[in-house]
Amino acid sequence: MPHKILLLFAHPSIRRSRVNRALLDAASAVAGVTVHDLYETYPDFAIDVDREQRLLLDHDAIVCQHPLFWYSAPAIVREWQDLVLEHGWAYGRHGRALEGKTWMQAVSTGGREGAYREDGLNRYSIDELLRPFEATAHLCHMVWQRPFVVHATHVAEAAEIDAAADAFRARLVALRDGSPVRVVV
Amino acid sequence: MAADALLVQSATYLGAAVVSVPIAERLGLGSVLGYLVAGVMVGPAVLGLVSGAEDVMHVAEFGVVMMLFLVGLELQPSKLWAMRGAVFGLGGAQVVATAAAVALAAVAAGLGLAPAFAVGLILAMSSTAMVLQALAEKGLLKSPAGETSFAVLLFQDIAVIPILAVMPLLAPGGGGGDHGAGAHADGGTLVDGLPGWAAALLVLAAVGVIVLGGRLVMRPLFMAMARLRMREIFTATALLLVAGTALIMESVGLSPALGAFLAGVVLADSEFRHEIETDIAPFKGLLLGLFFIAVGAGIQIDLILARPLAVAAIVLAVVAIKAAVLYAIARSARLNRSDALLTAIALSQIGEFAFVLIGFASQNRILAGDLAALLTASVALSMLTTPILLILFERFASGAETADDRPADAIDERNRVIIAGFGRVGQIVGRLLIGRGVPVTVLEHDAEQLEALRRFGFKLYYGDARRHDLLEAAGAAEAALLVVATDDKETTTEIVETARRNFPGLKIVARAYDRPHAYEVEEAGADRVVRETFEGGIEMATESLRVLGVPAFEANRLGRIFRRHDIETMDVLRVVRKTGDRDAYGLAFRQRREMLSSVLTRDVQTVPGTDDSGWDAETLRRESRGEG
Ligand SMILES: Cc1cc2nc3c(=O)[nH]c(=O)nc-3n(C[C@H](O)[C@H](O)[C@H](O)COP(=O)(O)O)c2cc1C
Repeated sequence: MPHKILLLFAHPSIRRSRVNRALLDAASAVAGVTVHDLYETYPDFAIDVDREQRLLLDHDAIVCQHPLFWYSAPAIVREWQDLVLEHGWAYGRHGRALEGKTWMQAVSTGGREGAYREDGLNRYSIDELLRPFEATAHLCHMVWQRPFVVHATHVAEAAEIDAAADAFRARLVALRDGSPVRVVV
Repeated sequence: MAADALLVQSATYLGAAVVSVPIAERLGLGSVLGYLVAGVMVGPAVLGLVSGAEDVMHVAEFGVVMMLFLVGLELQPSKLWAMRGAVFGLGGAQVVATAAAVALAAVAAGLGLAPAFAVGLILAMSSTAMVLQALAEKGLLKSPAGETSFAVLLFQDIAVIPILAVMPLLAPGGGGGDHGAGAHADGGTLVDGLPGWAAALLVLAAVGVIVLGGRLVMRPLFMAMARLRMREIFTATALLLVAGTALIMESVGLSPALGAFLAGVVLADSEFRHEIETDIAPFKGLLLGLFFIAVGAGIQIDLILARPLAVAAIVLAVVAIKAAVLYAIARSARLNRSDALLTAIALSQIGEFAFVLIGFASQNRILAGDLAALLTASVALSMLTTPILLILFERFASGAETADDRPADAIDERNRVIIAGFGRVGQIVGRLLIGRGVPVTVLEHDAEQLEALRRFGFKLYYGDARRHDLLEAAGAAEAALLVVATDDKETTTEIVETARRNFPGLKIVARAYDRPHAYEVEEAGADRVVRETFEGGIEMATESLRVLGVPAFEANRLGRIFRRHDIETMDVLRVVRKTGDRDAYGLAFRQRREMLSSVLTRDVQTVPGTDDSGWDAETLRRESRGEG
């Protein structure tokens, strides 16, 4: 059975987005993907915890898509984590609601790939910078996936953005139709 | 009739109204008294400018018809149905008891049994026109007194029909009159000469025509007229509806006013209600004015001067009897003393139907000619007493103490929060706090609101929060917070003042009407002031932006920025306002408005254009393309 994918989308000014909007459009066209725009749903940040938890339970894989802001995610993603990933539900001795689900980060960065190296301007790789998310997935008994990354958004031409969108679609399809998710103990 | 004569007549009536009504209003006497006095002035007794007041009266009665139509418009069928108990219970009791008491008095004064009975029935009627107009002017139609009065009046309007039917039986010969039921319309009516059952059927059919016609014909018709976008044709349609209904009713011998009322009720939940209302209201106002002038002009001053004692005795006795009966009935309907007294006074005059009934009774030789004249004079004169009594009532009886003679409830709980006023705003505050487990003590001063809310399971106490002893009783001395959510500006300010003076430790959050009132409430001592429409307006702006395609978060953030800016504006203007310099205030206001646009157009998310950043900036992007 194909996996159901929940796309948590966060961009505070979608009207000025070039890359993430293209990625989002591509994702929306993939069957089996539920797009959930956090800024649009909770413009006042009053996140409905019950509803979010129900959404998570209804899906097998969660993709968290956002531009990289200050080496992290836009604020609402953090708010979402703080409220939704409750102790005793997502983690803790009895918190196993998310066990076995897949978590994948899909980020765009202004900086070039070369800037995300030990000797680059940002000094750390994207994998390293996303460690807090990886650790979170792990604590919640979820399976961490290699992140999907689009670099150098500020110099990206239309053709490159299209290519990124195609790649993203392919990643989502693979995630959807891929082999059954390994259960971590 | 020559057109000139008509013009002269109209000019006289209008002139009289234009002169006397503003004066009466100025003196606080109300428009009804103004019109009546104007009528007396232009009438045969004083200036003698008009004659044939009866003709005018006939036209003017249409004003009463319109008034009832408007009243009907305000009353959804379901509400009317809910009133049935009051209409038949209170109204029935009033007519029966008053008629009996007056008849007894008449017998005591030496009248025969049959005429005494007729007089009783006639004088039991009150004046719909007078009462509704006077109460509406004082904003009391929706008050307990207003609603009770209305129920009684409605019953009287219905009762006219059987009364007209009974009247001929009281004639000397017994059933000697050659009129059928309801011959008060001047010409014969359709039901004349019909057997009882056929007449009844015809009456039912007429009511059916009005109800079904209203639903099936009038609504589409109004819709079509509205689409035409010709204001005057819409108005004409509305007037035609009223006139047509009145005609139908009259032709089967029913009260045209009652028919109009019914037509109004039928249209009460239509989408055109407000349009129709505003279209008809001026006509109603003018015709009613005319009606009162005609009544004034019709007062037979010469008769009164010839037999002053007899007239005075009749008027005083009747008004006293009616008021006493009404007071007892109103009290039995659980109105407080002040409301009961108001109801009693409001309905204490003899109504315009009496003119019709007196005429009918003398046609049927039930009343002797001179008695009829005496009664007619008394009817008109009694209408003069009501506005005067109402003024006296306002001066002396409705003072703060009596209006509030329902004692405040005993309060048996002590909570950290007290909410004064549990209307639209207070309820939101209360529901949220209670939902969060913060117990509140709620004070409410509107008895009806109180009952309604209690039915929903809220616990509230009756009382006037302006009074320091009530606040004390509610535990203001130990409470942490008083929320003043009353909707009347003055009341709110007063409560805040009183609370601040007497309970210095209490925090006060108050509801303000607008910016000036917000300052006022602040000065009265509130710790936090919330303008009642402020957040609602911002929400509407936010939703509007969203409809225009602005994403939710951005729209919401613009709303919040506006909010902060406006609150800052309050702070800035507060300082300027203290100086009392109006020009400076205006200038400061305009400056703040200029600033607003720059605040709102600033980007929601901007990245500083640091050149050597490891990541994007719009400037950086251009830079890397060699444009910067
Ligand atoms: C507030 C803010 C913080 C940002 N922080 C970073 C960052 O830490 N690293 C980076 O490479 N780009 C950063 N960027 C650039 C964004 O990642 C880049 O504009 C985005 O990926 C472009 O995608 P979009 O076209 O969908 O808006 C930041 C941008 C903003 C507005």
